[in-house]
Amino acid sequence: MAPSTLFLSILVLAVAAYVIGRKRSYSVVGGARKLRELHSRPTYYGMLTALGCGIPALLILGIWQAFEETVITRLITAGLPENIRTLPESRLNLIINDVKNLVSGNIVSKEVDPAMQAAADHYTRLQSISHASMAVVCLVLGIMAIAIIRKIITPKLRARNAVETVTKIILVACSSIAIFTTLGIVLSVLFEAIRFFKAVAVTEFLFGLQWSPQMAIRADQVGSSGAFGAVPVFAGTLMISAIAMTVAVPVGLMSAIYLSEYATSKVRAAAKPLMEILAGIPTVVYGFFAALTVAPVIRDSGGLMGLDVSSESALAAGVVMGIMIIPFVSSLSDDVINAVPQVLRDGAYGLGATRSETIRNVVIPAALPGIVGSILLAVSRAIGETMIVVMAAGLAANLTANPLQTVTTVTVQIVTLLVGDQEFDSPKTLAAFALGLVLFVATLFLNIIALHVVRKYREQYE
Amino acid sequence: MNRPGDAPINVEKNPARSIEIVNRGLARRYAAEKRFRFYGAAAVGISLLFLSLLFISIIGKGYTAFQQTFIELEVYFDPDMLDETDLNTANYPGLVRQSLQKMFPDVTGRDDRRDLYALVSTGAAFKLRRLALDSPEIIGQTRSVWVPADDDVDMLVKGHYDRNRSEDERRINDRQLAWIDSLEENGKIKKRFNTAFFTSGDSREPELAGIRGAAVGSFYTLAITLLLSFPIGVAAAVYLEEFAPKNRWTDLIEVNINNLAAVPSIVFGLLGLAVFINFFGFPRSVPLVGGLVLTLMTLPTIIIAGRASLKSVPPSIREAALGIGASKMQMVYHHVLPLAMPGILTGTIIGMAQALGETAPLLMIGMVAFIVDIPGGFTDPSTVLPVQIFLWADSPERAFTERTSAAIMVLLAFLIFMNAAAVMLRKKFERRW
Repeated sequence: MAPSTLFLSILVLAVAAYVIGRKRSYSVVGGARKLRELHSRPTYYGMLTALGCGIPALLILGIWQAFEETVITRLITAGLPENIRTLPESRLNLIINDVKNLVSGNIVSKEVDPAMQAAADHYTRLQSISHASMAVVCLVLGIMAIAIIRKIITPKLRARNAVETVTKIILVACSSIAIFTTLGIVLSVLFEAIRFFKAVAVTEFLFGLQWSPQMAIRADQVGSSGAFGAVPVFAGTLMISAIAMTVAVPVGLMSAIYLSEYATSKVRAAAKPLMEILAGIPTVVYGFFAALTVAPVIRDSGGLMGLDVSSESALAAGVVMGIMIIPFVSSLSDDVINAVPQVLRDGAYGLGATRSETIRNVVIPAALPGIVGSILLAVSRAIGETMIVVMAAGLAANLTANPLQTVTTVTVQIVTLLVGDQEFDSPKTLAAFALGLVLFVATLFLNIIALHVVRKYREQYE
Repeated sequence: MNRPGDAPINVEKNPARSIEIVNRGLARRYAAEKRFRFYGAAAVGISLLFLSLLFISIIGKGYTAFQQTFIELEVYFDPDMLDETDLNTANYPGLVRQSLQKMFPDVTGRDDRRDLYALVSTGAAFKLRRLALDSPEIIGQTRSVWVPADDDVDMLVKGHYDRNRSEDERRINDRQLAWIDSLEENGKIKKRFNTAFFTSGDSREPELAGIRGAAVGSFYTLAITLLLSFPIGVAAAVYLEEFAPKNRWTDLIEVNINNLAAVPSIVFGLLGLAVFINFFGFPRSVPLVGGLVLTLMTLPTIIIAGRASLKSVPPSIREAALGIGASKMQMVYHHVLPLAMPGILTGTIIGMAQALGETAPLLMIGMVAFIVDIPGGFTDPSTVLPVQIFLWADSPERAFTERTSAAIMVLLAFLIFMNAAAVMLRKKFERRW
């Protein structure tokens, strides 16, 4: 039985369990009239039975699925002829891949030799045995659970409490996923990054001025060692983010001020959703816009002024990224500006200040921490933005301060290093994880500061 | 306003002086006021200008993609070339070439012929094959068939190529230009609605490429995301808002959720690659893994929206339920959650819209492969709409630019629809307590 069919059958079994448990609760008290003698309402007895039947079976299914592939691969490897088994690991992996391709009916890279065919048959056999036994174990477990719970249903059984306890455990588990996600990110990135730092020194990575992660596939090839000094990459990221912020901060902040302090409610009602559309547009669309519309315009107008503008200039990517961040800055600052109490404004008006004076001298200083927080969040957004720079910025890691030249960013490098075929023991691939670690730490740092500032500020006026 | 540089004001000696000072400064201050206001309006104007520029450039580039140029061929289904026992693998490209040759009998020489054959798409042969397979009685007859033109012809007919450029700068040479003009005169070339764009998968040939495969891939990916992130998100929101004790663990969860909402999406891609693909050994490029990664990404959005929505349900509802003897769980599931549902659903739709537009993490888990087939399940290799846009945007052919814009229009249409649904839901069920 295929895992998906098994999954569905367990669900069906659980539904059946619900019906059985519910019926049983009626029958133990002797009919619907005497329901008040039950501790809980009949649905709870049904639910208890369904949970008892479904949860263990599904857990087993999940664990089985997670380890099946590894175990079978082990067994297959052990069963391969001696001369294949002793091959170096990379070659062995290729052969195992071929066997798997053979099993799923794909085209294999070379002619099928009898050993591999045998291995493939062995694989199919093991897989079917595994699936069959998994189905038997899960279903038997489910049915046994139904039988046992049906037995223990008595009018005194506190079914509601049991169901509620289980539900609460599920709720706790669901809310803990956030922690496990963070943990997963940290561990996976850190683990691979440490492997990278075994090959390349941390100091070389953080302070080196040369970035060319081209690694040769064979050891004897020319240029077999790449250069992994990430300073040009960091510099490019910072430059593009800086360009984005010089677009986004003034425009976003001023539109937030205008919309919250000047605009009539009609203008506000019309303009705000339109600005939010800007925030909802996928970044890949901005990337296309940057690469095909903005970059040529900048290049051509630069050419008219006699400037040499690269067609993948940092300026184009930065400006478009700025446009993307405008609504982000403006909606966050809008919140903070609105949180400034009206009495502060009224006080300023009472002293004879004009509106703009009130805004500049009273509202903005009062809202400053919040605004700074929202700008920090926007910076973290700009640093982590991927698609715009992948499509509009370049790959060449130039260490330059000229925004008309091509620069590259951390995210672009991660994408180029990891898209396509990879080898997980080459520093080239692992470098992406080191960059990812830097990116995660940097944005984490910015986010924590920003969230802290924003929250503290909000509490101040509440 | 008393500025440090102003003369000290002596109010008692001369009561008229301070108002004079104020009046003297008024014009300047009003001008500053006007300027400031103008800056604000300009900022809003600039953002809206960018928005309209974006839309104009995309619609301007893409609207032509909904039409496709077709050429009418008089095809003689030659029994010599079509073996009735093996219609699948017969020489259909040869049939196409034969028909073209018949239309322009004066074309001789290898180069000229090759240029002539380049006018129609390789999809023409597939079309003839389908015709022959569907109705074998067609063999031996002559039919007029509209076949898709090559993308360069398409671009020329749509006016994206400049005819006045010199020949070596054009992708269509002078002879081809003359043939196209003569076809046009005879009404053998026309533009039709581009159904292939909506019904076929990806292709190397722009005129045959469609978004169906990517759209189906997006559907499967989002289905997984919704199935996982909605129940988990609601459960987490309910726990944190209604049950969680105020302790360190709860604080940690909250900090994590707020922080995850701001983690760059590509980092989630790294997580997916390292954990789901490398550690658990899931296959690459499949909607299942894409859905898992997007679930982790959208969870914070749904949890935050869900908590806000639960918070807005007034305590009186909870107290009333508890007062008539409901357990805490019953209170939440029978009373609070149904009342908070519209808000949670709005948050979920917005989260789904984000997931639909997300590209970067899916690149990491290999959903960027060139896939022609339309995926048939959660574990078939597939791509998604935004990744398809990314792939086409990278292609050098002019015709792909047009298709990229059209695919963007389709994606934006989906997103606008989803967001409009969220707004409607909010308007319809929003309750002020």
